[in-house]
Amino acid sequence: MSVREKFDDELQQLQNKLVDLCNLAQQALEKSIRAFANRDLNACIEIIDDDNDADLLYEEINDDSILLIAKQQPVARDLRKIVMGLKIATEYERVADFAVNIAKSTIRLEKAPDISMKHIIDNLMKMYDVSNEMLMEGLKAYRTEDIHLAKKVADMDDEVDRLYSETIKELFVINQNNPESFDLVTQLLLICRYLERTADHITNVAENVVYLVKGKHFDLNQ
Amino acid sequence: MSTAIHIKREKQARDFKEEMKGHSLSDNKKFVYQTKELNLWYGEKHALKNVSLDIVENEITAIIGPSGCGKSTYIKTLNRMVELVPTVKTSGEIFYRGRNIFDPDYEVEQLRTRVGMVFQSPNPFPKSIYDNIAYGPRIHGIKDKKILDAIVEKSLRGAALWDEVKDRLKENAYGLSGGQQQRLCIARCLAIEPDVILMDEPTSALDPISTLKIEELIQELKKDFSIIIVTHNMQQAARISDKTAFFLNGEVIEYNDTDIIFSTPKDKRTEDYITGRFG
Repeated sequence: MSVREKFDDELQQLQNKLVDLCNLAQQALEKSIRAFANRDLNACIEIIDDDNDADLLYEEINDDSILLIAKQQPVARDLRKIVMGLKIATEYERVADFAVNIAKSTIRLEKAPDISMKHIIDNLMKMYDVSNEMLMEGLKAYRTEDIHLAKKVADMDDEVDRLYSETIKELFVINQNNPESFDLVTQLLLICRYLERTADHITNVAENVVYLVKGKHFDLNQ
Repeated sequence: MSTAIHIKREKQARDFKEEMKGHSLSDNKKFVYQTKELNLWYGEKHALKNVSLDIVENEITAIIGPSGCGKSTYIKTLNRMVELVPTVKTSGEIFYRGRNIFDPDYEVEQLRTRVGMVFQSPNPFPKSIYDNIAYGPRIHGIKDKKILDAIVEKSLRGAALWDEVKDRLKENAYGLSGGQQQRLCIARCLAIEPDVILMDEPTSALDPISTLKIEELIQELKKDFSIIIVTHNMQQAARISDKTAFFLNGEVIEYNDTDIIFSTPKDKRTEDYITGRFG
């Protein structure tokens, strides 16, 4: 038996909960983007209701972390694992909130985007695809403490930023030419923004993974 | 990026480069002790192996490591107390304030006057509180009652014990609590106005409140003294020391700023020890 088997077990349980939280956030994001694409209002309401699960799990991770620090007084990498776990949990909880925001915007869409907006919708889908990959790879980087993968995840944010910039410019042009589409454009702008922020928060996860491993801060979001 | 953040990042990059060069602990600081390639044997047992450590003036240096790693042996070498063990052999050098303490003409009594020591269990003499403190100064020839009174008060104040005992200085020291007795031993050590105080697990026999009082006292004392403390309590080393040396099997595995040892140690064995993976 290793000297700190109980501590290692409890730390593992904490990490398992973080993986669960990431999965909840990922599922919510995926469901929200599908609900948006299909204008599925029932799915939107489910996403809003289910967010409570992510919130509760997030609170549980907070409580467990504080208890583990108080009981075991970890230092060095052990301490960073817990504190970075807490910070990463905050990022995932935020991603789940963005899924809720996307669902709410979808509910507010009074009419479906027409064919002239196909490129906008394609861009939003691409932003989701990249963000989703970042989310999954970010989790893998955390689990395996792989700083090279973390850097790769952070680099992927550039593509999301590029798509964001391109999409909002197009939306402004549409708004100028079709003032009657103002409400629709506003909701699409918001959804675009939520996806861009999602990728930013996952970049923070990547930075936290690097700090966990190296014990030094690196700004991967430049 | 703000200027402050920019400056911080530049400093981080510089620190990182420094770190890569090796342990340059203190460019502008004075060393009270410099140990070079110290080896020590108890008969056949090789207890200290090529120990090289520089102890910085007016800092608290913690020595940590599992039982039998040589940490107590090391600090007992610093005042040559270890030589009381008949089978001891040493090689290497220890410079105290620039002079090698192993030089044949070095006066060991002089060394021990400058380097006080506090042990694991409080060990007051079976005398009054006053006489415990006055013992050392008397040996050094001070007989004037007024001077002795002043030394006793100053030493007890220095050890944060004066207010608790000032009305019962003539009482036997054995009547004090464990924590008070340990502070008395520290006061006794201060009475001879040492330069360095060696502490060998000074709180391991004390309750948590007495321990915190001693820790607070140690931090006060570092303004005037250089302190080297052996401790099994890792949190204590983290709380009070400026530098930490990790010993294992008679070797110094890692020596660095305490902040680094307890956050980003360089050697896996150090990390395993401080995180409780062995020892």
